[in-house]
Amino acid sequence: MQGFFGKTISPLGKASPKADIPAGVWLKCKGCEQTIAQSALDSNLQVCPVCGHHFPLTAGQRIALLSDEGSFQQLGEGLSSVDTLDFAHDNSYPRKLKETQAKTGLKDAVVCGCATLDGTPYALAVMDFRFFGASMGSVVGEEITRLTEEATRRHLPLVIVTASGGARMQEGALSLMQMAKTSGALMRHDEAGLPYIAILTHPTTGGVTASFASLGDVILAEPKALIGFAGPRVIKETTRSELPPGFQSAEFLLDHGLVDRVVPRAKLRAELAQLLVYLSPETTAGCTTAGRQA
Amino acid sequence: MAVHLEFEYPIIELEEKIVALHRYSKTHAVDLAQGMELLEQQLAATREKLFSGLTAWEKVQLARHPQRPYPQDYIQAIFSDYLELHGDRTYADDHAIVGGFAKLNGRKVMVIATQKGRNLKQNIDVNFGSAQPEGYRKALRLMKLADKVGCPIICLIDTPGAYPGIAAEERHIGEAIAINLREMFRLKVPVVCAITGEGGSGGALGLCVGNRVLIMQCGYYSVITPEGCAAILWRATDAVPKAADALKLTSTDLLKLGIVDEIVPEPVGGAHRDPKTAAQLLRDALCNNLAMLAAKSDDELRAERYERFRKLGQFSEG
Repeated sequence: MQGFFGKTISPLGKASPKADIPAGVWLKCKGCEQTIAQSALDSNLQVCPVCGHHFPLTAGQRIALLSDEGSFQQLGEGLSSVDTLDFAHDNSYPRKLKETQAKTGLKDAVVCGCATLDGTPYALAVMDFRFFGASMGSVVGEEITRLTEEATRRHLPLVIVTASGGARMQEGALSLMQMAKTSGALMRHDEAGLPYIAILTHPTTGGVTASFASLGDVILAEPKALIGFAGPRVIKETTRSELPPGFQSAEFLLDHGLVDRVVPRAKLRAELAQLLVYLSPETTAGCTTAGRQA
Repeated sequence: MAVHLEFEYPIIELEEKIVALHRYSKTHAVDLAQGMELLEQQLAATREKLFSGLTAWEKVQLARHPQRPYPQDYIQAIFSDYLELHGDRTYADDHAIVGGFAKLNGRKVMVIATQKGRNLKQNIDVNFGSAQPEGYRKALRLMKLADKVGCPIICLIDTPGAYPGIAAEERHIGEAIAINLREMFRLKVPVVCAITGEGGSGGALGLCVGNRVLIMQCGYYSVITPEGCAAILWRATDAVPKAADALKLTSTDLLKLGIVDEIVPEPVGGAHRDPKTAAQLLRDALCNNLAMLAAKSDDELRAERYERFRKLGQFSEG
């Protein structure tokens, strides 16, 4: 079927793989350009069944993937961004915020809470790229800081799933300060002897890369995710040179020593569960003492 | 050769007139004292007026003025017995960030500073003020050393930003900055940071997690350059002044937002018009702020630094 459709013109030739297309339509894979069914994606964790291209997950889909069913408890009701700077004096920022809130059903670009995975409790933050390119403003910074502080109080391991275009320009230097704020909270979490796992998804750039995304005790990444500080276009323009093949991909960063493991989405849940167990103090009776005595 | 910005011309014109009059009165033995005094008054008034009415974009241009004193000039002017220490112990010695022990007002400090060049050769050496990962790693190494020996830390920052290059990415510039952000919260000694010119985004922040963050009057501190912002949001180069205004990046805006704690005044016209006075004003501010922190315990310093950044951010609940 797929091979057949691949050779013909798609009945929905103009369809683009945007997340807000209603389920059941056909779309063209960004990875292999084959026409695939939305339903095929839905049943495969939004991974192309032909080439393995990872489409973005919404925060809700990601939480479902990484937690025991019904275990996720959102922290607070969610904060909303405000136009403190009266950016460009044209009301465009609050207007776009409202539109995006209505479209996504999210209050801002991150969803934070506590969950269990195979019974292990942990704190989880998930960024959602649909909301302003998951850029970090005051809300993202505050929510991640609150979650990290909560994890420290409750002695929980922390997992942050990142995706971000960088800092949110419309909040100026206040956005920049969120990098320091979140990193400070992570210092305290670290000092309490608690583990933090960063899961980097496509794309993770700018201020998020230069703060919590890079601070994981263990850093996982999804295949082919773009991860970097400066965007590839900026680098190309600044250095006026060709970028090496695969530059800033998850695999490139694995080769260059930033990322611990590149994990396909189908294996992510199992690997995270395994890591959480490895990173937790050994409390299972029998197992620890037997090991030590031997 | 002197470099002048467009909005400085009214001042320059008056200055040139005064010089010409002075020369004329000397060679022709005429007393023009009265006229000169009038011009001097006019000059002072023009300076004051121009300087107080600068737009955000004009202030950015002043912050980038090629004759503006750079952190390395302030090290020379303000500190004594500077003993530079080199290298990140891993890969290289990045000249875009320097540091070492020095004395300020007779007391030992660790001073860490970004560098900019005055000519092409110097600028190539310091990568036009944009540090590589090694710069941030060296800075952290020196801060940890200072922490170990109970030595207060002063960071002087004037950088357009961290370097967006291929090698910088290969060696994880984002990680280098992130680690500094986290580790600076661990320091048990007073940390005073001063942005003396450009506070370019993450590249500046990577040295800016202080108990006190100061900015010089004409300095700016921004999440993105006005040029970058204009290109992304409005795709137009003539939107740069609009972007500079929208970003609220001037010293007065930043003070209102609580992003900086204090504005260090500059001589009328900007630090480059009178570097000596500018250095004196910066020195006074650094000494005052260090004195303010001197009596605090390790725990207080850490807790206050955390709180300082913890409270930054504006949002609505629920």
